[in-house]
Amino acid sequence: MEWTPIWLSLKLAAITTLILLVIGIPLAYWLSRRSSLFKVVIEAILTMPLVLPPSVLGFYLLLCFSPHSILGSWLLQHFNLSLVFSFEGLVVASVIYSLPFMVSPVKSALAHLSPSLAEASYTMGKSKLETFYRVLLPNVKTSLWTAAVLTFAHTMGEFGVVLMIGGKLEGVTKVASIAIYDAVDNNQYDKANQYAFVLFAITFVIVVLVFIFNRNASRGPLE
Amino acid sequence: MIEIAIRKKIKTYKGNRELQVDTVFPDQSVTKIYGPSGAGKTTFLKILAGLVVPEQGFITAEGEVWLDTANKINKPPQQRRVGFVFQDYALFPNMTVTEHLQFATKDHQLINRLLYIGRMENFSSQRPAHLSGGQQQRLAILRALALKPSLLLLDEAFSALDDELRENLITDLKILLTEFETTTLVVSHHAQETIGFADHSLKIDLE
Repeated sequence: MEWTPIWLSLKLAAITTLILLVIGIPLAYWLSRRSSLFKVVIEAILTMPLVLPPSVLGFYLLLCFSPHSILGSWLLQHFNLSLVFSFEGLVVASVIYSLPFMVSPVKSALAHLSPSLAEASYTMGKSKLETFYRVLLPNVKTSLWTAAVLTFAHTMGEFGVVLMIGGKLEGVTKVASIAIYDAVDNNQYDKANQYAFVLFAITFVIVVLVFIFNRNASRGPLE
Repeated sequence: MIEIAIRKKIKTYKGNRELQVDTVFPDQSVTKIYGPSGAGKTTFLKILAGLVVPEQGFITAEGEVWLDTANKINKPPQQRRVGFVFQDYALFPNMTVTEHLQFATKDHQLINRLLYIGRMENFSSQRPAHLSGGQQQRLAILRALALKPSLLLLDEAFSALDDELRENLITDLKILLTEFETTTLVVSHHAQETIGFADHSLKIDLE
């Protein structure tokens, strides 16, 4: 069995999860504070990837990233970067596609913390940043782990978006889920079965981990 | 001395009402705050702590201006040195008893003394989830005291303590408050709770 597609999927999922931890946590914090119409609209936009067919998202990203678009030509001119049919493009698309999986659970956990926790910390002379890292974040640790693991699993299983903007370039954009489709398309059912089994095993372990993290919580990890 | 004159709109089921307080708290006094439910007692404490900003207001503490809406002065809560005991205790689930006190002060001697006064030495490495209601409430009080606050705000802070424990705690509390030169406001629904503690009282009601 060719391991490159599995390795590509793991690499894509790991990089996407890391990037989303960095941008998702501050975003979740911002959204968890007092809501306004502006925030509601932003949150709705961020949640769109959850409900949109991946091919729709992939199609619009393809248009955005294309070298003929404003963004695409600007990236190509200034950074010599093309986001279509490239691994970098897959990372950007995955970050957008998996964003709600990171932001939503963390935002909800932060919003459920009593406001008096942060208030008590402020009266003790602690800044907003210190309060966030020492009081708020440690108390949403379970949700944070769950969000990270679900983001990873979701990215591992990505298909429609990847196919639209990445195609199936061997060793570049042909991730495991694409490799399965490609194998079936070429009547190589044995090969498809091997990839499918490895993906099944990896995702199963991930879901078991999520349930282990949450075994003491009153709510299920997906609630 | 703490001087305060504030007006703050409060939404109630009867429509918009106004919280209006204009008073002076003498240095090191203990004032009992009372009034009907929903009259804005907690909001009043939060305004003093800088956690809520009123539409109009002026607050000075020992000659220092904390709030002056006319001149756009508003000291953040971080700079007011106000000890606040919240009604829901606001304990940090991730921290042990000792860590709560260390979050407020670096003075180890003070921490040990507070643990002794609150009868908490044996629970110092426990997290809030493993403490009883009374122990949680004591921890919230000790944490506020660890700041050596110039102003201490107690929101229903004795409700979970039995009579004996409360009386003992109040005796020790008075010694500390004198030592720290702290002015204290205590919100309470039960007259019994503040006997022998409060020397002034203030009724709060909406206009």
